[in-house]
Amino acid sequence: MSTVDASRRSVGVEETEEGIRAATRRARRRHAARMWLGRILLPIILIGGWQVSTATGVVDKFFYGQPSMIWQALVSLFTNGTAFGSIWFNLAVTLKEAVFGFLLGTVGGIIFGLLLGQNRLLSDICSPYIKALNSVPRIILGSIFVVAFGLGTFPKVLLAAVLVFFIVFFNAFQGVREVNQDLVANVRVLGASPLQVARHVTIPSALTWIIASLHTAFGFAIIGALVGEVLGSQAGIGLIIVQAQGHFDPNTVFAAMILMAVITLVAESLLSILEKRVLSWRPPSRTEAQAI
Amino acid sequence: MVGKKFAKSAPAATDTSHAQEAARIEITGLTKRFVTPTGEPFTAIRDVTFTVEPGQFCAIVGPTGCGKSTTLGQVSGLERPSAGSVAVGGRPVTGITKGVSFMFQADALFPWKTVLGNVMIGPTLAGMAKKDAIALARDWLRRVGLTGFEDRYPHQLSGGMRKRVAMAAALINEPRILLMDEPFGALDVQTKAIMQTELLGLWEQSRPSVLFITHDLDEAVALSDRVLIMTSGPGSIKESFEIDLPRPRGEVQDIRHEQRFLELQNQIWASLKDEVQRAYARTAGAA
Repeated sequence: MSTVDASRRSVGVEETEEGIRAATRRARRRHAARMWLGRILLPIILIGGWQVSTATGVVDKFFYGQPSMIWQALVSLFTNGTAFGSIWFNLAVTLKEAVFGFLLGTVGGIIFGLLLGQNRLLSDICSPYIKALNSVPRIILGSIFVVAFGLGTFPKVLLAAVLVFFIVFFNAFQGVREVNQDLVANVRVLGASPLQVARHVTIPSALTWIIASLHTAFGFAIIGALVGEVLGSQAGIGLIIVQAQGHFDPNTVFAAMILMAVITLVAESLLSILEKRVLSWRPPSRTEAQAI
Repeated sequence: MVGKKFAKSAPAATDTSHAQEAARIEITGLTKRFVTPTGEPFTAIRDVTFTVEPGQFCAIVGPTGCGKSTTLGQVSGLERPSAGSVAVGGRPVTGITKGVSFMFQADALFPWKTVLGNVMIGPTLAGMAKKDAIALARDWLRRVGLTGFEDRYPHQLSGGMRKRVAMAAALINEPRILLMDEPFGALDVQTKAIMQTELLGLWEQSRPSVLFITHDLDEAVALSDRVLIMTSGPGSIKESFEIDLPRPRGEVQDIRHEQRFLELQNQIWASLKDEVQRAYARTAGAA
């Protein structure tokens, strides 16, 4: 049937420039309409299903929480505050830890990545140890940091930085390794010093890789800060989560989760803006993978 | 800068002849061995000896993997010979040779720099003030017909336009020696012919010595004063042919139909054929 349809269309009036354009427009509008319908329906089905099944008692809301109650918990966090001060204060604590950890880890990762990427001998010496360190479950370091440095900000910053470091390091290292050797030869022939090679070729080339890693890295910084707080702290979203867990209050845990997700999304979009600025020279990506 | 240096070492000669002498490439008994990833020594070129006279356009033709690119690396000073010597302008090459430009098969352009930024890199590294470098780069972009494309990025250009940017970037420092490693190898046939003609036009304005690597025999004959045939594995010079086609040669496409071109091309092919077949048999056997 569809073939009949298509052949009729091709002999019909629409085989004009204007007709084809109108048909393309219609197809695109249809696609957009379906997409938005799907996007709206999907959470309605999921969250609605959750709400209905907990309300009817199929799923126990004591263990799994309930969307409407999560919303109330969220509102309560902002109106009544928490046991450890206002929610804004706690957000600020967690965010500060994550951001400092992110900066520390990123700077460290870039410096070590560039150094080891450019020096063959140094990287050959260090590589087995870096691999070994990387395979250590680093979250556990959080326990040591809390014991060693107490309940303040520093151990969380350190944990976040350790998580961020390895991601940025490996990307910076790989970025240096992937530098187009023809370009290096070219500027060297033109008389560039090692410093000029780094400035004109190595660093800009590695920047693509480094910036790509920052998206993942920020997520890990948040995780580092939260886990650090869960392991022992006096304030922060992580502490709110442990406390809610202790009170069998899954709704507050979910509410805190949503808050952190929003923060990560905002940070993500800021990083995307930075990426667009710095990497404006890049050809537009041909895949749609980035849009997802 | 280069001229001054040589004026010191040879005060008696006149200015133009310094510049000319400085552009002579003498390669004597050049051998280069590498260590393969498995730890075996591998001889890429053995006992290569030839001289490129100042202002000469010299092509090296040979089968794939015969060490043509290795030879270029020695002349530029990026690599050291295992034995033998390379001298440029009478001085042995011990570090990066001054006044040399490179052009590669892949466009060695900075993808993150604009067209203008790419062409400017030579003068910038030589220490020229930014304003002067911009003016000079604009002038060179005009010469290669890219006025109006200064702010584009390389990925926004066609293959032929990228080659023009690479040519402007290679020639802007007015090198005495131009090393070209299959610069047009990746282009389609029509674009290639246009680029060859443009290269000849630009070369005739400043006449640097050129060492041009290719495996396209037609290209070698159409552009060069001399064609060297290289044997494969380990590479060495098999034969040298003088190309006596008159200059300026004009359109590269037209030269190809001239009687003398065809004669030379046939002669050289007879010499090259054996090498190509031997190299092919070896790779086919290894595969």
